[in-house]
Order: sequence, then C-alpha cells, then structure tokens
Amino acid sequence: MSLGALLKVALRALAVNKLRSVLTMLGIIIGVAAVIVMVAVGAGAQARVEEQIRALGSNLLLILSGARTQSGVRLGVGSNYTLSEDDAIAISREIPDALAAPALRGGAQVIWGNANWATQIYGTTPDYLTVRQWPLAAGRSFEPQEMTGAGKVCLVGQTVVRQLFGNTDPIGQLIRIKRVPFTVVGVLENKGQSMMGTDQGDIVVLPIATARSRVLGTANLAKQRAVSTIWVKVADGADTKVIEEQVRQLLRQRHRLQAGAEDDFSLRNLAEVMAAQEASSRVLALLLAAVASVSLVVGGIGIMNIMLVSVTERTREIGLRMALGARTRDILGQFLVEAVTLSLIGGLAGVALGAGAALGIAQLAGWRIALSPVAVVLAVAFAFAIGVFFGYYPARKAARLNPVEALRFE
Amino acid sequence: MTDPLIRTRDLAKVYRVGDNDIHALAGVSVDIARGESLAVMGPSGSGKSTFMNLLGCLDHPTSGEYLLGGQRVSELAGDALAATRNRNIGFVFQNFNLLARTSALENVELPLVYAGVAAQERRARALEMLERVGLAARAGHLPQQLSGGQQQRVAIARALVTRPVMLLADEPTGALDSRTSLEIMALFQGLNRQGITLLVVTHEADVARFARRVLRFLDGKVIADQANAAPADAQRLLEIEAAVAA
Repeated sequence: MSLGALLKVALRALAVNKLRSVLTMLGIIIGVAAVIVMVAVGAGAQARVEEQIRALGSNLLLILSGARTQSGVRLGVGSNYTLSEDDAIAISREIPDALAAPALRGGAQVIWGNANWATQIYGTTPDYLTVRQWPLAAGRSFEPQEMTGAGKVCLVGQTVVRQLFGNTDPIGQLIRIKRVPFTVVGVLENKGQSMMGTDQGDIVVLPIATARSRVLGTANLAKQRAVSTIWVKVADGADTKVIEEQVRQLLRQRHRLQAGAEDDFSLRNLAEVMAAQEASSRVLALLLAAVASVSLVVGGIGIMNIMLVSVTERTREIGLRMALGARTRDILGQFLVEAVTLSLIGGLAGVALGAGAALGIAQLAGWRIALSPVAVVLAVAFAFAIGVFFGYYPARKAARLNPVEALRFE
Repeated sequence: MTDPLIRTRDLAKVYRVGDNDIHALAGVSVDIARGESLAVMGPSGSGKSTFMNLLGCLDHPTSGEYLLGGQRVSELAGDALAATRNRNIGFVFQNFNLLARTSALENVELPLVYAGVAAQERRARALEMLERVGLAARAGHLPQQLSGGQQQRVAIARALVTRPVMLLADEPTGALDSRTSLEIMALFQGLNRQGITLLVVTHEADVARFARRVLRFLDGKVIADQANAAPADAQRLLEIEAAVAA
C-alpha cells in the first residue's frame, strides 16, 4: 500500500473517533507546546544575560573602596575612601594589559531651564568610556585641559536627555548642578538596563576633578584625590585572573598592607559573575526543556494506549484486510502511519500553540522570549519519533494477529 | 484428467487447548476440479470451518499437504500466503464484513489496493464488478445505506475483483431472508456457470441443494462425498415465485 493510501486510511480512522483522536493528541500538543515555550523563555533569559554582558563591557574588574571600622563597628564596602585617583593611574601605568578609570559617584538634582531631574552624577576620566565600551551618540568626550583644569563640562545619558531636554538638542546647553553651570558637550549612547535592573542612561558624567571639588566632594576628599570606584578593563586576550591578581598585589603594595592583612578594597571580576549567571541560565533553559519533554513522553504513552484500544476494536477489520491479501507490512504500516499521524498533527498543533503562548507571555508578562527554529524542528521531529516509537508495538500486535481468530473476533 | 484445482492429502489441524489436543481436522483428502460447485456441510465443530480456513490459506495445517493449482501452498508462509489469498481466492462472509464508513466502490477496490494496482485501473475494475452484481448505481453508497442483500452483493463483487479461481463463501445467506438468499444463490450459480469454482460452507440443506457436489463433515473427517446430479436452479425458483405472486 502506498504512503498516500495509508495516510488516507489513517485520517479516516482518526476521523471516526474525532474526540478521542483530539484528546490523544492533546498529550503531544501540550508536550510540544511546553517544550517550545520553555525553550523560548530559557533562550530569552539567556539572550538577556548575554546582552547585559555586552552592555557592561567584557573583561571588567571593579574595585570598590574598602570597609571602615568606627569604634569597633565595621561598616560595609565603600564606607571608606581607601582608593585614590593615583591608584588608577598606577594600575594603567604598571600593568600593560589593564586600563583603569577612577570614578566618584553621587546623586544630585540637575536643572535646565524650568525642568529638573534627580540623577546619578559620575565623576570620572575619558578612559571610563573606553573601559565600559560606551560610545557617544553625539558630541565629544572631555579634553585634557578640562580634566586638569576642572572644566565645567558634562556628558549626559539618554534618560537625562529625555527627561530634561525633550526634543531639544542638548549639545551646547547649559545645565545647573548644585548651582554650578555645566555645558553639555556629549550625549552617551543608550546602554539599556544594568544587570541589577538599574537604568544606565540615567546619568551625568563630569570630569572627576570637577565632580570632586564642585558637586560631590568635600575638602578632605579633595586632598586625598579619593575615588569610590576604579573600573579596570583587561585587554583582549589577556587572562583576567592573572591581571586581577596583579592589580591586587599592586594595590596592596601601594596601600602598604602587611602580608596577612585584609585587603582594604574589594576587587570583583564582573565577567566571571556574569559567566556564572549565563551558565546557570543555560542550565535552567535545558532543565525546563527536559521537564517539558517528559510531558511529550507521557503524550506518547497516551498514543500507545489509544492505538492498543484501536487495534482491539478493529480486530475484525484487520482479519478481513488479511483475508483480502494485506501483507504483514501493510497492516504494520497502516497502524504505524495512524500513530505517526496522531503525533505529527499533535506536534504541529503544539508548535502553533507553543509559539502563540510564548508570544502571549512576552506580551503579558513582558518577558524576553526567543523563538528558536531549531527547537521547533526538534520538537516536531521528537513528536514524530514518539509516534513511531509508541505506535510500533500496537502496530506489530495488529500485524501479528492470526487472520482466522481475527475474523472470528466479536 | 488434468490436475485438480485443489488437492489435499491427509490434511490435519490439531489445536492444543490446555492439556488436550483437539483434532479439528483429522486427515482429509479431497480433489476439487476447476469449475466445480461444492457445498461443505456438517454440524458446528465438525471441522468444516477449519477445512475452509485451510483452503482459504488463512491458516496452516498441522500436517498433510494442500496443493492449489499445482502449487504446494501448505509450505508457504506469511506474505507469500497473503499474496496467494489476494490473487486466487475470493472470500464471502456470513456478515458481509464490509468496511464501515467506506463506500461500496472503495470496499470493492480494497483487494486491488493490496495487489498494488494503480488507482485508475482499480476504479474501473471495481465499477465493472459492481455492475456485474447489479449495483453499479450504488457505487458511492456506504454499507449502512445498503440492504443486507445489497451488502452481500458488494462483498461478492469485492471477492471477484482480483479475478480469483475460486470463491469461498462461509454461510453466505446466514444473515439474509429466504428471498434475498435465493437471489444471492442465483448470483453464485451464474458465476459458477461462467467458470468460477464455488465452495459454500453451510449447515442448511436448503442452500446445499444448489451445489453439484456435497461434502459432509463430522468429527474432523469427511463422512460423505456425494454428487448432486440435479442441483436446484435458483434463478428458475425466483421466476416461479414471481409468477405465483402475480
């Protein structure tokens, strides 16, 4: 019997018990849909992590000022300004594969005309943009004389542009921060959310000396040239771990720490943190897909169950077909095609349902999803394989019936 | 004399039920020539059904041999047996055994599907057979839309469509009223006159009187093999009935 003829027989047989066929397919439909949705959600989460890694800049080390102990009370990281601008200069100078950018962070109200906005103030050097791989959307970075001469210029992030200037071109505009006027010379490109979900565009960047003396600092800070953070970019190809250790040793030496004494700073390897997060999200995606495929297998068992019922119900038909000259492979093919038709139709319906559900989740929950064509093809192929696997036993049972007994079956 | 169409020698079938051997068929040797019309009779359990199943290549004998058209069928197995059934034997059953929800035409086509005949030729031959049993006008009807007699005609058309050498009919009139039975027997007799070998299993003497030879079974053996010199003519009986009614 040709495949087309077998398919026709299978569709007719399935149409006889429409409700039963649909219910049987439901297992496969749900299984395939679950796989598609889970893979889409998992891949979406992974894509988001990857994007964050790109946004942060790869191979980054973050050095935070250390803890201060005040009357026996140990305050947390950053409570004491143990880092200075000179530390950053030393790192860049002493370690060829490292580029360091010091930063002083604070918050302030920014005013332009009659608009105002509370934002993050970042005092740093032009190297910061290189380290963070953060290009300018318009304008220019700081000139050397602006750095040394505490020039009253600033760069603004996209959120600040939106909140303060609306449709006006911000370049050349004068904004006031703590009553000090600053000229906007550049606009940062959109960088999206950080790993922690904060808006990275909500920022005004100032030359570090200006920030320290005019906006954030105190006289004490100015004297120490203190900074709260140093960002270090490790050159491509260099081993981040090695550089991390070199930076640590250099800072310990500069801070004159005795062997065995605790670090008075905190050194974090961001790439490593992110890589771990990415790995865990990948494992999660795999786990979700694995759990979903369990339901596919359960659907396959449902198909086997119904096919066994169908073979029993149609014993006389099988006997008749044998009497009329059907060979073993004709009967085997008939029931196998029927099972595979069930699983394939279920698989395709599952793809539609899964894609719809994934898009629905993206719309309603605002989750990032990534529909993967590979997952779609694999899920359908898996459904097909399940039809063959779970359909084979009932089909073989049918093909091995004794025609005499099958014809006599009541 | 030429080779008979069917030759069985000591054909036996033993079923094992628990610890007991049941000799359903205990050595049957029969020759049947081409074009014969035969009634196989006997009470239930006499072995007549087993005999028919063996002749129909639906079952394997435990011992003995069976030659169909000179071929040692008792040695065939599986697909070769299926092909023999398909080519040489047409089955007619008591309860018609038509596929439900499948048109009369498609039911008749079914053996040709398994013979690998192309769709167009299949259709043409199936239509021709339906015409031969007088049902060409109902080719598109489903079995449940046909009367019992019509269903049996469709089944006969299906049995004839591969142009087999013999028809095996198992109680073909068992589910029909007497008048319809007569019509079916008339159809069989007409086919037999055209040269097809006809074997009818029945327990009704009423049906057996149309055959030219009667085999009687009891306890797995042939107890009588009688020729019927003057078989009844179903067509004439129908005409007489019609005349009486008028």
